[in-house]
Amino acid sequence: MSERVTVAKTYKLFIGGKFPRSESGRVYPVTDRKGQFLANAAHASRKDVREAVVAARKAFGGWSGATAYNRGQVLYRVAEVLEGRRDQFAAEVGAAEGLPSRRAETVVDAAIDRWVWYAGWTDKVASVLGAANPVAGPYFSFTVPEPTGVAGILAPQESSLLGLVSVLAPALAAGCTAVVVSSADRPLPAITLSEVLATSDLPDGVANILTGRAGELGPWLASHGDVNALDPTGADPEIRADLARAAAGTVKRVLAVPAAEPDWTQPPDIARLRRYLEAKTVWHPMGV
Amino acid sequence: MPAFEYAPAPESLELANLKPGYRPFIDGEFVDGGGEPLKTVNPATEEVLAEVSTASAADVDTAVKAARKAFEKTWGPMPGSERAKYLFRIARLIQERSRELAVLETLDNGKPIRESRDSDLPLVAAHFFYHAGWADKLGYAGFGPDPKPLGVAGQIIPWNFPLLMLAWKIAPALATGNTVVLKPAETTPLTALVFGEICQQAGLPPGVVNILPGAGDTGARLVEHPGVDKIAFTGSTEVGKLIQRQVAGTPKRLTLELGGKAANVVFDDAPLDQAVDGIVNGIFFNQGHVCCAGSRLLAQESVVDELLDKLRYRISTLRLGDPLDKNTDVGAINSAEQLGRIRELADSGEAEGAQRWTSPCPVPERGFFFAPTVFSGVHQSMRIAREEIFGPVLSVLTFRTPDEAVAKANNTPYGLSAGIWTEKGSRILWMANRLRAGVVWANTFNRFDPAAPFGGYQESGFGREGGRTGLEGYLDV
Repeated sequence: MSERVTVAKTYKLFIGGKFPRSESGRVYPVTDRKGQFLANAAHASRKDVREAVVAARKAFGGWSGATAYNRGQVLYRVAEVLEGRRDQFAAEVGAAEGLPSRRAETVVDAAIDRWVWYAGWTDKVASVLGAANPVAGPYFSFTVPEPTGVAGILAPQESSLLGLVSVLAPALAAGCTAVVVSSADRPLPAITLSEVLATSDLPDGVANILTGRAGELGPWLASHGDVNALDPTGADPEIRADLARAAAGTVKRVLAVPAAEPDWTQPPDIARLRRYLEAKTVWHPMGV
Repeated sequence: MPAFEYAPAPESLELANLKPGYRPFIDGEFVDGGGEPLKTVNPATEEVLAEVSTASAADVDTAVKAARKAFEKTWGPMPGSERAKYLFRIARLIQERSRELAVLETLDNGKPIRESRDSDLPLVAAHFFYHAGWADKLGYAGFGPDPKPLGVAGQIIPWNFPLLMLAWKIAPALATGNTVVLKPAETTPLTALVFGEICQQAGLPPGVVNILPGAGDTGARLVEHPGVDKIAFTGSTEVGKLIQRQVAGTPKRLTLELGGKAANVVFDDAPLDQAVDGIVNGIFFNQGHVCCAGSRLLAQESVVDELLDKLRYRISTLRLGDPLDKNTDVGAINSAEQLGRIRELADSGEAEGAQRWTSPCPVPERGFFFAPTVFSGVHQSMRIAREEIFGPVLSVLTFRTPDEAVAKANNTPYGLSAGIWTEKGSRILWMANRLRAGVVWANTFNRFDPAAPFGGYQESGFGREGGRTGLEGYLDV
């Protein structure tokens, strides 16, 4: 009896809640750490970036306008679905990063826990970062943090899932919507995360994930007039200055990131959340 | 319209202690600068006030080195509780010399003495008082138990609030343990240089504060100087973009507070007389030289005629003229160049088909003046609705529904401020939630306080000044 032939999967992009092929029709081969062919991934183009930004912008009003409690629930739901697919992620992370299965499981667990941590922040940032301002006059003045808008994120190149979650979750928890370019050589966990996001309660377009090259797509995100913040973590350090210069054209918020990819297993702080928030100060006179 | 006659009530010019020459303040001393000297002009009379020695590239270098040394040797290691006392001293000295500073500010800038005396100077002192208290409490600011300063801060400020912008920049920088090199605007350096005297009187260690008068090239040298750890800039969006480009790829931190084109939204249930005063304050305060000025009036269609009638009447009672006169409401435009820009944009409004109304107030023959002007019938595509005019020019647009008001208010690349006028509390909160602006004034306008964070969204810049949030720009977090 012949061995069963596995069902090979065609991997696609994640834009506006759908899974389209790249507009360019391009794909590129993905291998494991030993060079074994795993699959072809879609090679996103400039047009795909633009489509994704349109989807993210369209989703921004609903996502940023949802109650913090609701956003927290939705993000926690993502963690639940992530947990349900723990084994698949462990296999893919193991293949992508060349980790033995126990190590890969640890990384996946950390990614799930990280998602839960950020999910819990949605209804706390305002009380931690906002303020009632004791102004010198008969006015009621308060400051609330608000999401900056559409985030363009170049995900870490090495840490295919934990790194990705560590850069995406804070943007979503802040109330931003995101266009993410995955790790170029290790994109499969990102696509599986897309499937998780699509089957959670996350509204379409809140997160858009493109598989492709940060060096090729980064400049289009950096110069795009409808992207409000740029996370250059996954960009080659040599092109980061160019990205920052391009971002200046629209006074984009560019996250300060370390030259080398950090150790994502370290406990996070709220620095990344803060970068995606604007402080809005509202004044009203007091009187009778 | 009743024509009130006022006797002249000029503030004494002598209070300013005007000197024939002013020099850069570097490492605790006033020194001759190597740059091309400039003459600063009284915009109300076009007379030269003083000659100012400016900083050369070498002076920028000397100042940055002095600031670095002070950061490492004195100011950085000093306990916050001691730094606080210097800031409290500075605040008190400013209060004690506030009449002198107000008159000098009015002479150099052209703003009415009523505003420099009642608005600018009290706020300048308040910023130092507020931040003085933070110096020994930074562990409670929410950035970890022991947040560290960045080092040497290069600061570039505009000419519209010369001393107030200095206070907004220097007070938080010093409170957080940084040292500063500040470049005041080319046309308004005088009060900043007198602030150098105040630093001396306060016994501030040399090098902690350095003031370098000069033009854009001096600012550019400061921005590119490798010894500077942070750049804080307030000014035009155009220059802000250049600076962001220049700083890109360096480890320098950056905060930008740039232009605006604020919408002041008036609903049909607003208390109209109160709204009229708010609109006047929103656009004619400081001759409209305010980045957060309410330069786009969005009036609900059902009240626009009544509102415009009241507004024109109120505006025609504004007194334009000698800034030193205590009865003057609208002073001089800061420079001939700025006056030219305002004229050009106002002319474009007429050319594009908006209806121009100018206050019939008498305009002095000498000096740079521009009578309060209102454009009605303005469309969103017109230059006067899109570009920052930075002068006493109001553009009036209309809307029918709250949704339309929000869409129009948000329809610019800027996002610094906005105003809402309505009696309905829930509508205020609904609007405040939807306006993409860093500051939203409801039933008031142009309120400032060191405890209330100020700053923009989008192309109005990033970073905040004031409040706990404002400390972040000067801390390594």
